[in-house]
Amino acid sequence: MKRGDDLRKKDCVAMILAGGQGSRLGVLTQKLAKPAVPFGGKYRIIDFTLSNCYNSGLDTVGVLTQYQPLALNTYIGIGGSWDMDRKNGGVALLPPYMRKEGGEWYKGTANAILQNMDFIDSYQPNYVLILSGDHIYKMDYSLMLDYHKEKKAEATIAVIEVPWAEASRFGILNTNENGKVLEFEEKPAKPKSNLASMGVYIFSWEVLKEYLQQDEQDPTSSNDFGKDINPKMLKQKQRMYAYPFEGYWKDVGTIQSLWEANMDLLDEYPQLDLYDTNWQIYSVNPNQPPQYLSATAKVCRSLVNEGCVIHGSVTRSVLFPGVYVGTGTTIKDAIIMPNVKIGSDVVIKKAIICEGVTIADGCQVSCQEAGCQQCYSEAGITVLGKSITGTDISCHQKVVRRSSKEFEGFKGIGFNTGEILT
Amino acid sequence: MKNVMGIINLSAEEDLLKGITLHRPDAAVPFAGRYRLIDFILSSMVNAGIKNISIFTKNKYRALVDHLQSGKDWDLDRKRDGLFMFHPGNLKEDTSIYKGFLQSLYNNLDYIYKSKQEYVVISDANLVCNFDFEQVLNFHLKNKADITIVYREKDKNKEIEEQFFNRGLMLDLGENNQIADMIEIEADFSISKKRRLFNKKFNKRSVGIYMMAKSLLLDLINASVARGYYDLVKDGFIKNLATLNICGYRHQGYLAKIDSIESYHQHSLDLLNQEVWQDLFFNPGLIYTKVKDGPPVKYMKNAKVNNSLVANACIIDGVVENSILFRRVKVHKGALIKNSIIMQKTEIEQNVVLENVILDKEVRITKGKRLKGEPNYPVVVGKKTVI
Repeated sequence: MKRGDDLRKKDCVAMILAGGQGSRLGVLTQKLAKPAVPFGGKYRIIDFTLSNCYNSGLDTVGVLTQYQPLALNTYIGIGGSWDMDRKNGGVALLPPYMRKEGGEWYKGTANAILQNMDFIDSYQPNYVLILSGDHIYKMDYSLMLDYHKEKKAEATIAVIEVPWAEASRFGILNTNENGKVLEFEEKPAKPKSNLASMGVYIFSWEVLKEYLQQDEQDPTSSNDFGKDINPKMLKQKQRMYAYPFEGYWKDVGTIQSLWEANMDLLDEYPQLDLYDTNWQIYSVNPNQPPQYLSATAKVCRSLVNEGCVIHGSVTRSVLFPGVYVGTGTTIKDAIIMPNVKIGSDVVIKKAIICEGVTIADGCQVSCQEAGCQQCYSEAGITVLGKSITGTDISCHQKVVRRSSKEFEGFKGIGFNTGEILT
Repeated sequence: MKNVMGIINLSAEEDLLKGITLHRPDAAVPFAGRYRLIDFILSSMVNAGIKNISIFTKNKYRALVDHLQSGKDWDLDRKRDGLFMFHPGNLKEDTSIYKGFLQSLYNNLDYIYKSKQEYVVISDANLVCNFDFEQVLNFHLKNKADITIVYREKDKNKEIEEQFFNRGLMLDLGENNQIADMIEIEADFSISKKRRLFNKKFNKRSVGIYMMAKSLLLDLINASVARGYYDLVKDGFIKNLATLNICGYRHQGYLAKIDSIESYHQHSLDLLNQEVWQDLFFNPGLIYTKVKDGPPVKYMKNAKVNNSLVANACIIDGVVENSILFRRVKVHKGALIKNSIIMQKTEIEQNVVLENVILDKEVRITKGKRLKGEPNYPVVVGKKTVI
């Protein structure tokens, strides 16, 4: 028997793509990679993927970082919060790096994996699981890996059924009755199926390696899994299967979807159950005392975290740790990120308040001006990125309207964010 | 404070909390929604920069070992120094009788000798405070004390103080912070005798925190144990009052000693005062505890929670007033909870009414039941009971 090297061998290595800018999240991702954006009163988006890995029994995870990695790096650290501070395996942060013949940024998702082939090879895995760090869902990857093995597939793509009406917003997979993939369609105008790719892939590593190397030689390629690698594998008749996933799954790439995903948690019986101890979502814990609700507090249909002190009224909102809410203040349909201090007699409606912001007494965050076209619409969500001190600032005064191009995905809904930039 | 080692002494424990200390030492009693009593003094030591901390247990240490584990959550999983636990089984001489704290120290003399720090601070574990050890060290050095004893003075506005000042080690402070005399009040002293002593001169109570040079501690241990004496205070301090410079340091911030069900109930409800909350949890440092990864608290449609402390992972659909809810408590619709302490993983079903009760972990109160205690005599329900 060989010793040493073999002990490092892993059946499957997970790679989390966490380098995206998430520009559609505006001020929220100004100094933060998208996977580090706070979510659900306690978590950061990447907690869901990392916890899924841990709960699925995967203990070797590479996190590919590129855009604004400081907060993400500090947050993940050596992975102790997800029980990934292991002697063999564990979590590794993988930024782009210099080589003898120079170096380059990650050009695309496939290129990012290619640049880290040495990392993956060091574990001699049979399979590689590719994940993105910006989805909210609970999924047992080990079942998907079993499916991949059972189908003797070279590539398996997790899919979820989406409403037919929305299918044209997703990458759609057309399959036969056995789940074998026949065709890809990126945002088809007339979808033939409603199976959308979740951006979760399992590849047999030796096969993927070849495709990554081939792809790198192709100057016309955008080095992307969805656009280049997967279609090419399909074209060359590699065995490719769709793994059907059932449950809650949400891409939180826009202000609106981020807000909606937070509000989903406030349902009486939410589809995504955070209280299930069999599939816990782990995160870095901030070490704050229990929350205090004063004699004047009124809190219902909300999620509130430790360290909060509430004197006012909070309805259908999500409060992160260390938030202070003064007396006479009303908060509704809002997401209040960590350590926000809100004075007395403040009104906040349908808004996202960024980390550490202070709001002085009497301020209004929400636009209640009748007929204000800039920010108050059905979906109008005010995002407050900086502290406000005067009582005269309501959102419609300092709103910066974002260019229409950034909202391509939302045609028909109109401009749906009133935003005070930092 | 690199030059100070910390010793947490659990030997004084006498199961004073009865119902809730059947399964655990006083030090591991759940407190303030998400902590165990020992967290306060342990975190204070860590925040002061003390890196070598040992815990001398007496019995029933399972709950404590489970809570502390490697010490990681207090940043005490260190290569150099860190957290040490010494259990009474570790005896040089084979004897099944627990003789006292000095015997425990004597049994582990090697650890104390080996420790590199010059000073040692010894503390009881049942103290609820955010204690600044650095100030005690400064005081100790400035007064050139041999031993410094931390004490508290009576707050006349509080009824519970009566209880605090009629037991334990009482001090008579002379000039220059020097302790002129001290007496250990025994349980069998009559109430009138206790009062007389208090009014005479013994009106300051030691809280159970002592600082001295490590070399002096070693001398006290060796000299006492050789003569068959095992009590640090009576044999180490009181007998040497004439020869040593023993000083008293007055602690001024919030400090409660939990040594009875009534004090547990009262001091828990103290935390509903915002000043105490702020003082206890943030100054001078944070209080650490075992990380549990619970989600935020969920307030449902019918929730109405006022003047209460709530820890993470609770789901509340009922009415809660002047109470403390630990982690993962479920309060169903129509339930009413007043002046109560509900420990972790307890479930309160529909239309239950609770007033002045303390429910231990994993209790279930079924539909429509009513439980009522008195403010100075709360009803205590043991772990895993179903009513």
